[in-house]
Amino acid sequence: MLKRALENLGNRTIQGVWRMGFATRFFFAVLMHSGTAFRRFGLTIREMYFTGVLSLIIILVSGLFVGMVLGLQGYETLQTYGSEEALGVLVALSLVRELGPVVAALLFASRAGSAITAEIGLMKATEQLSAMEMMAVDPIARVVAPRFWAGVISMPLLAALFSAMGVLGGYLVGVQLIGVDEGSFWAQMQSAVDFEQDILNGVLKSAVFGVAITAIALFEGYDAPPTAEGVSGATTRTVVTSSLAVLALDFVLTAFMFRGLN
Amino acid sequence: MQSDNLVEIAGVAFGYGARPVLKGINLTARRGQVVAIMGSSGCGKTTLLRLIGGQIKPGQGTVRVAGESVAELDQNGLYRLRRKMGMLFQFGALFTDMSVFDNVAFQLREHTDLPEDAIRDLVLMKLNAVGLRGAAQLMPAELSGGMARRVALARAIALDPMLVMYDEPFAGLDPISLGVTGNLIRRLTDTLGLTSLVVTHDVQESLKIVDYVYFVSDGVIVAEGTADEIRASDLPYVHQFVHGEADGPVPFHYPARAYADDLGLGGGRNA
Repeated sequence: MLKRALENLGNRTIQGVWRMGFATRFFFAVLMHSGTAFRRFGLTIREMYFTGVLSLIIILVSGLFVGMVLGLQGYETLQTYGSEEALGVLVALSLVRELGPVVAALLFASRAGSAITAEIGLMKATEQLSAMEMMAVDPIARVVAPRFWAGVISMPLLAALFSAMGVLGGYLVGVQLIGVDEGSFWAQMQSAVDFEQDILNGVLKSAVFGVAITAIALFEGYDAPPTAEGVSGATTRTVVTSSLAVLALDFVLTAFMFRGLN
Repeated sequence: MQSDNLVEIAGVAFGYGARPVLKGINLTARRGQVVAIMGSSGCGKTTLLRLIGGQIKPGQGTVRVAGESVAELDQNGLYRLRRKMGMLFQFGALFTDMSVFDNVAFQLREHTDLPEDAIRDLVLMKLNAVGLRGAAQLMPAELSGGMARRVALARAIALDPMLVMYDEPFAGLDPISLGVTGNLIRRLTDTLGLTSLVVTHDVQESLKIVDYVYFVSDGVIVAEGTADEIRASDLPYVHQFVHGEADGPVPFHYPARAYADDLGLGGGRNA
């Protein structure tokens, strides 16, 4: 019994390490074969439509609602200290530093990441990737790399739009609905939000999330067993793994970026 | 002077993990011939095609195509060779996000600098050869199984290859599509001067069109010959296969312990 448990544990560990190694090799192969994604940028633009543009609705609507909730909750708390004019700062900083990149990334992982995995997994299951190889076309260069760079480029843009919609939501609730002074709302926001420390760091975060989510989604699709269960399991793993990766990376990046700030 | 044999397989053994699939295959396909590789499901026929296409490497032996040892080629060499090969996958493997036209144009756009006008003419010629010029703008989801197979055939011959491999081209087709596909394979081989390798277990349809047949069983070639020789063969395996008999050298029952033992009756004999 104990021997079998140890064997199982050993097997799982070996499988895990082997898969990590394969994932790393896959990631470097994508980077090495990225020339096509830039030489024939039309391929990347096409994928940006599928991963980025088609994610716009969920990103914009979610951003608006998150901003509105921030407006309500922020006003409630700030009012206690008599500083409700700082609502703009609270909404903007929460969004550009944290909520924008993180929530947009989680939504991106669910909407676009799962779609990428399912598409690549089904292409493998229906032998489309093998057919491409037999036609002397490298699927990593032709199919995977354009999707990777499309995800990496789309993610910061989506996060920026999420934050912008969030600020709009905070404004609608705080200024238009509750009646916080409009001048204070915008002026305090303008003076408190630092372009380099807040906005650029937020963009950098979302770019890193874009790399992580898209790489995980592509790998899971490429490595999926060519069956219905295999593709469905890979899609689930994409959402779970990339969501956890986003949250873990967020902590690490935040620790590096904001530790010296007041 | 180029050899008369386009594909030469000598002493090839291959296994997935510890499970041997091929145990010493010798096979040749002469230029301009339609050669069939037959055998029951899971006997390693598709593995042979993958070895010829260089998707996997043999554990032992050599696979030579047009005189080049496939396993020894680097990626560039392999891709150069594959441009001279076409492959028809079992269910077509058409790119589902592209129209029929774009599927056939795919290789022309990837591997040539031809202007779009020339590509259009070539694609329509290939589609006309398989009778589907009128379906150029359809998407793969709008095609029947037989049509998808024909589009895949048009795509496979887009670059005028010297070798076309067919993986179960007759599987799941209605009788009309079956006849159409068989005739197309023969006609395209003759008119384009191709060599065709057909992996199939559809005996009757393939014997109508092939020049030579290899039977694979348990990882080795158990019989070979022309279509007439195969029809006349009295080898038990070939006889069972050609006549579709349920039991014979290929047993009906998967190996199991005694039936009576399984039923808890004891003292029984093997099923």
